[in-house]
Amino acid sequence: MDKDNKVIVVHELTKKFGNFTAVDHISFEVHHGEIFGFLGANGAGKTTAMKILCGLSLPTSGGGTVNGFDLCREQEKIKRNIGYMSQKFSLYADLKVWENIRLFGGIYGLSSKVIREKTESMLHNLNMTDLRNELVGDLPLGWKQKLAFSIALIHEPGIVFLDEPTGGVDPETRRLFWEMIYETASHGTTIFVTTHYMDEAEYCDRVSIMVDGVIADLDAPAILKERYQAADMDAVFRQLAQKAKRQ
Amino acid sequence: MAVINVKQISKRYGTCVALDGVSLQVNPGEIYGLIGPDGAGKTTLFRILVTLLLPDEGLAEVDGLDTVRDYRKIRSRIGYMPGRFSLYQDLSVEENLDFFATMFGTSIAENYENIKEIYAQIEPFKDRKAGALSGGMKQKLALCCALVHRPSVLFLDEPTTGVDAISRKEFWNMLYRIRRSGVTILVSTPYMDEAALCDRISLIQKGRIIETGTPDEIVGRYPHQLFGVCGEPAYPLLKFLRTCPGVLRCFSFGSEHHVAAEPGVLTAGGLQAAVEEAGFRKVSVRDIRPNIEDCFMELAKENDYGQG
Repeated sequence: MDKDNKVIVVHELTKKFGNFTAVDHISFEVHHGEIFGFLGANGAGKTTAMKILCGLSLPTSGGGTVNGFDLCREQEKIKRNIGYMSQKFSLYADLKVWENIRLFGGIYGLSSKVIREKTESMLHNLNMTDLRNELVGDLPLGWKQKLAFSIALIHEPGIVFLDEPTGGVDPETRRLFWEMIYETASHGTTIFVTTHYMDEAEYCDRVSIMVDGVIADLDAPAILKERYQAADMDAVFRQLAQKAKRQ
Repeated sequence: MAVINVKQISKRYGTCVALDGVSLQVNPGEIYGLIGPDGAGKTTLFRILVTLLLPDEGLAEVDGLDTVRDYRKIRSRIGYMPGRFSLYQDLSVEENLDFFATMFGTSIAENYENIKEIYAQIEPFKDRKAGALSGGMKQKLALCCALVHRPSVLFLDEPTTGVDAISRKEFWNMLYRIRRSGVTILVSTPYMDEAALCDRISLIQKGRIIETGTPDEIVGRYPHQLFGVCGEPAYPLLKFLRTCPGVLRCFSFGSEHHVAAEPGVLTAGGLQAAVEEAGFRKVSVRDIRPNIEDCFMELAKENDYGQG
């Protein structure tokens, strides 16, 4: 992790819908190669903030940069330079493994030659060379996840956003997925991840906890646990999130 | 007599085996948990029990009635909360509840006592469209709609999926209150920590029940000795522990790694010395009791992560 090299810089970021302030003047930074956990109760404003960071929504006021691109003026550049994966939607089940790679490579503007090379190296690294012609829908969940994560990284983005990547996943697959996250971060890719599993919050370098549109606290898990005299991150989360007043 | 009785139920979708000889019994007034990941077959079993799907083989009874032959009678006696939010987004809170009450030939007024405790929390928003509710409030409304006709059995299919830790806790407190009124509850969840909140549970994986019992019984059957190991840096430590002689399996559980070993082969002190000698910092090793997730991983060993 490189603390002087900031991949996300956000200052006073705010999003209003009518007279409802979903995200209320939040400021934070994410360092290069960091695993950054973005937690919050339902309705705290996580999804709204994440959409802005991914270039899908404009802030009402405030701003910042992702990978050096401006959140207000360079949304298209942001979209090209980030990776995104969620448990809810990642790959097309009715396309084959190689077709999914081809599709997403094309969406990110890679040349056919590069896509061919990427396909070979990806299948080799994932130990999936024999599965290239399988429909993604027929793959076991663990394989699907590994593939979805690799495809989210196909254009070598500096940062990848993981939106509840492990929801509903069995305990072992969930842990093996986190080991992939560690591996990827150790090679310099920044990870921005949301989760409802509080044990996964412990795996992050730093964690921010949103409550009612603001960042209630942000620090390394060990420091947060000490600050709130809590045995684990679940207890930290409960202490902060129960202060929520929004319905 | 069991309120829910499932005997050797199987269900296939084409070549995919969703349920493979599943049996379980739920006793009156129990909160019974069906615990397993996505794709384990939880929803298929629920749909068979609430008479929305026919099994290929086997027998299922709810409240002493056969799910195939007596499906109409069963429907009036059960409450069902499907996994996906199933209410009408463009009707208000009150309209949704009124609709479900009418469907079962009753009214909100007639059963107000039955839902009062939960409904009181969302009643201030009774004119709000269901689609505009927060996750926690949607959940409460769905529960009210499932309870408004005074069912004797309640089927809750993943009621807490995607719900934050605070709302999940609140939801379980509501379930305990419902149980006190004598309702039998079958609930499914992918969150292993919720297993400990049930009276009895079945762990389900790939269409098969791999274990059944009280949470304590299941933990008591765990076959290995388990150590909790902390140290820095955490990920290299995980990889190192897997190479230590005598270690069967090792996975992260929050800030701690759980190390499984054959009983009597390793000691906490010995493991501590080995880890420190390898140069890890802030090392601590302790004997721990397994939790349900440890047990699930042990029982589901033939996992689907393939050769990777």
